[in-house]
Amino acid sequence: MQEKVKDGPGSEFEYVGTRPIRPDGVDKVTGRARFGADFALPGQLVGKVLRSPHAHARIRSIDTSAAEKLEGVKSVITGMDFKEQTSEFIPAGEMMVNYKDVVRNTMAREKALYEGHAIAAVAATSATIAKQALKLIKVDYEVLPHVIDVVEAMKPGAPILHEDMYTAGVEPAPKTASNVAKRVEFVLGDVAAGLKQADVVIEREFTTQPVHQGYIEPHACIASVSEDGQADVWVSTQGHWIVRAHCARLLGWDVGKVRVTAAEIGGGFGGKTVVYLEPLALALSKKARRPVKMVMTREEVFRASGPTSGAHVRVKIGAKKDGRIVSAEAELKYQAGAFAGSPVQPGAMCAYAPYDLENVKVVGYDVVTNRPKVAAYRAPGGPISEFAVESVIDEIAAKIGMDPIEMRLKNAAKQGTKAAYGPKFGPIGMIETLEAAKSHAHWRTPLKKNQGRGVASGFWFNIGGETSVSLALNEDGTLSLTAGTPDIGGLRASLCMMAAEELKVPLDKIRVQIGDTGQLGYNFLTGGSRSTFSSGMATVEAARDVMKEACKRASKLWELPEDAVEYKDGAVRPAGPNAGKHNPMTLKEIAGIAGKTGGPIVGYARINAAGAAPSLATHICDVEVDPETGKVSVVRYTAIQDAGRAIHPSYVEGQYQGGVAQGIGWALNEEYIYDAKGKLENPGFLDYRVPVASDLPMIDTVIVEVPNPRHPYGVRGVGETPIVPPMATIANAVANATGVRFTELPMSPPKVLKALDEARAKGTAKI
Amino acid sequence: MRYEAPTSFDQAVALLTREPGEARVLAGGTDLLVQMRTDIVDPILVVDIKGIAETRQITEEGGGFRVGAAVTGAELKEHGKLKSVWPGVVEAANLIGSTQVQGRATMGGNLCNGSPAADSVPALIAAGAKATIVGPKGRRDVPVEDVMLAPRKLSLAKGEIIASFLLPPKSGKTADAYLRFIPRTEMDIAVVGCGVCLTLDAKGVCTAARVSLGAVAPRPLLVAPAAAAIIGTTLDDAAMKKLDAAAQAACQPIDDKRGTKEYRIKVAGVLARRTAQIALERARKN
Amino acid sequence: MAKHHVTATVNGDAVEFLCEPQETLLDCLRDQLGLTGTKEGCSTGDCGACSVTVNGRLVCSCLMLGVEANGKSIGTIEGVAKGEELHPLQRKFLEHAALQCGICTPGFLVAAKALLEKHPDPSETEVRYWLAGNLCRCTGYDKIIRAVMDAATEMRGA
Repeated sequence: MQEKVKDGPGSEFEYVGTRPIRPDGVDKVTGRARFGADFALPGQLVGKVLRSPHAHARIRSIDTSAAEKLEGVKSVITGMDFKEQTSEFIPAGEMMVNYKDVVRNTMAREKALYEGHAIAAVAATSATIAKQALKLIKVDYEVLPHVIDVVEAMKPGAPILHEDMYTAGVEPAPKTASNVAKRVEFVLGDVAAGLKQADVVIEREFTTQPVHQGYIEPHACIASVSEDGQADVWVSTQGHWIVRAHCARLLGWDVGKVRVTAAEIGGGFGGKTVVYLEPLALALSKKARRPVKMVMTREEVFRASGPTSGAHVRVKIGAKKDGRIVSAEAELKYQAGAFAGSPVQPGAMCAYAPYDLENVKVVGYDVVTNRPKVAAYRAPGGPISEFAVESVIDEIAAKIGMDPIEMRLKNAAKQGTKAAYGPKFGPIGMIETLEAAKSHAHWRTPLKKNQGRGVASGFWFNIGGETSVSLALNEDGTLSLTAGTPDIGGLRASLCMMAAEELKVPLDKIRVQIGDTGQLGYNFLTGGSRSTFSSGMATVEAARDVMKEACKRASKLWELPEDAVEYKDGAVRPAGPNAGKHNPMTLKEIAGIAGKTGGPIVGYARINAAGAAPSLATHICDVEVDPETGKVSVVRYTAIQDAGRAIHPSYVEGQYQGGVAQGIGWALNEEYIYDAKGKLENPGFLDYRVPVASDLPMIDTVIVEVPNPRHPYGVRGVGETPIVPPMATIANAVANATGVRFTELPMSPPKVLKALDEARAKGTAKI
Repeated sequence: MRYEAPTSFDQAVALLTREPGEARVLAGGTDLLVQMRTDIVDPILVVDIKGIAETRQITEEGGGFRVGAAVTGAELKEHGKLKSVWPGVVEAANLIGSTQVQGRATMGGNLCNGSPAADSVPALIAAGAKATIVGPKGRRDVPVEDVMLAPRKLSLAKGEIIASFLLPPKSGKTADAYLRFIPRTEMDIAVVGCGVCLTLDAKGVCTAARVSLGAVAPRPLLVAPAAAAIIGTTLDDAAMKKLDAAAQAACQPIDDKRGTKEYRIKVAGVLARRTAQIALERARKN
Repeated sequence: MAKHHVTATVNGDAVEFLCEPQETLLDCLRDQLGLTGTKEGCSTGDCGACSVTVNGRLVCSCLMLGVEANGKSIGTIEGVAKGEELHPLQRKFLEHAALQCGICTPGFLVAAKALLEKHPDPSETEVRYWLAGNLCRCTGYDKIIRAVMDAATEMRGA
């Protein structure tokens, strides 16, 4: 076990800041925990999806008659089994989705827009029969020209995906269809005026590739619809209320008829905030009148579920010789995949958010291409724009001969800074993470041959949102805590700790579960690093509700006014002038009198959690570059981040470490490789290269705590920020090692060797 | 699909010969099952050869070793003597996939999968190994470099099975080595693979050598000019430079998802040098 | 299509099941025997979530036919704890917070157990390479490696 987290909270709190065993832990180390694919129902069928082999094609007709006749096939559906939807954007995590597109992404209607796009689905008595049936479905396609690259998609004459798409946010409104869904702009001050004061100006263009969340558990669900229209779904999802809303909408059913249970979820990282299989399984089950189970293959996960955007980014920064940034521009072109809705807006908002600047202009474009529709991926949009900005800042620091941490300190955002995207920050930890980096031993340790060191910072907003929690006092004084945000990585532990802290009861007296959609009011999904923040806030409120009710019941028994009773140190006591008049009553004793003093005691919180606060990070990384093969190895890594307050420090560290590992994959090896026909060539973990254990060093962490004043325990979301700095941190380290600035991700060996050879020819390479 | 698990080569050969449709031999299955799962192959008959004793044994023969085609990578690694005599072959076989894959993957399967990037094949070629093939017409021995013709294409006739590999006796200061280049540290397919086996005389001069490259041509190559570059030398810098150039000159690679032509050619030269250096150090100690 | 009748031992218990010839051992464990602790992450041998032991040898159950299990002794995650007592690796995974979502955890535990039975005192590098076929997307591996090293230390001392 690692030592308790530094500074303060340990002494202040009994549970918060400690490292207990998570309540769902034993089930997860014994194989007992049930994930999406681990559910089975009597009479269940196997559902399989027919997917488009073409990147772009008009669907002239679909003939399912032969499949329907195959023995063992119980139902077949196509896009026409779902209701047409009007154009309407609604929030999904930090992203927006449009139902007109959701219904088309769930199953193609007029056109197949990417290889892997769902065309039809069958439910049969076995997987073998379901697969045979798919082969019997005849689809008449008119293959159309396709476009994969974001810059190509923006050019005049590019194949148009949606004939009715006109670029929004442009004046005057365009009259011709385009693949650019919208233009966004955030402006502060006057960048042209700022540029005139600059001693140094650097402008660079960057390219990043789409990367997949890479959760190890493929999408999986089982659905059962009864003859009277009551429907149940068990599913691996980040938000079961969202699944319910989407399914009810797409199928035209009452929301209340659908009950969704969140299975244990085998990773999501944003990718399980949307629906893929769930509406299909429900439609198939409704037709077949039997439960239908659907599990994606890994290949389907890559071909049909959303990665994050690939992008083209231009950044131009002007600075004074003393390191002060006087002008900051960026232009972002983000791929949305087949339907509008890339994370370009949050990307634009984040780009310069870590800095206190006077002149900022960021323009973003949301661009459709013939790829799977992007989904949220950990700080959606932020890593791309901040990679570019943090790279250029590093280059400016080198050019003016300034320490890159000092340059960032010189410009760091702080309490009261007005961000280019609008708000004034409350207390934030940018300066604190930079100072921690500067004083960290890593920053001063000498490097070896062919090694280089980089540093970069990162920002993410974090969100709150609608949240419900219930906390029932059981008849023996134990407690049942029910939350509605799926637990991806230790949420139940931290909720339990906050409830125990409030009530001053031992952790093992509280059992925490994630309730289904029938058990609680609405809950927005686990995303935006909101669960520990929002469900934590609701848990505290529910615990206080229990304490208040406990006092009320004791006051009845003692025949005292309610305000003459207080809850303190785990018991209800007479307070003030009445202190000592009655023996304190524990929760167990209160539970014993619940019936005769008014019935069951249940604390409840139904909130729209406000006051989410950004989390900032600064990372340091050492790389070693093989001068003959161009292979980059990460040899040391330190992630420093503001957690507000770490409820369970081990799981906070785990978020930092996991985000770093994903960032290393993004920086060095992960990419989608398409052939000339727009078919994905690497839809598996063999050639979509996520980091393996032997690729990585230990990842050191430093938890900085600048408490969020808007949360009862000072919590900031921590899950997303850790993936923001790694790409620039590594690129800056590679530049430091080689003398070559890489502006294209991934920095894979062939690219690195080629650039090294070119630099050697020019005499600019350091190795 | 029909599954059969014969206990003799006669039975296995008869099953494969009689089946008019697509028939596949199953050894470790680490390629075959993936191809079945992803609908690349859909065999009517699968013949599991692991019940045939010879495919599962490592025996000393004629001063060398006979290694059954279905011996797993993990078993090769655990055979102390084989590992000390042919470290390059064993290391190469041990680079195929993960620890889990090592529990199943075999050199017979690695060769018969017909991939130019198979890790164990350049090592076997460099070692001068022969494949013993059984079929309707009996047994025959074929140099490993002659088994694979092109991607997914072997010189085996219908009904023929690779039974075992014969690693030759090793004399004096002889040693082998294998290296591959991959983007990660594990779990990838070779972008380039290189096997080197060389013999030194008492003065440390190389008297014989075999150099083999994988993943740089439609089939693993035995590169005679690369061997010639180091024979008669002490593998000094000049010889290493020539080896590098000869290895590069032998490459006829393609651009694909795992590497560019240009990159593969350069790395082939680098790997040839690095692999030869390891073989050299090992030979000096022998 | 004729099904094969397979008899085997799973975690010490005699089992029998019928399987189609193309079904993998993973399919059979999960669908025929209801042992869903063994997970499916890729079905191509690239993620290790389906790790089991067969006659003591660590393999991916997705890369083996169910029919090949006939007469074999299979070990899965469900057999790692002994009665009420967790295996030291299971305890250390919990103490070190070596899991977040937990989908890869059964595979890591089965693989790490096989490692420590063979090499009771592995270096960090040896642990990392032995486990390179077990993908984890949540943790960055740091806490997993620490948990395995710590379990090894405890098991050597016991």
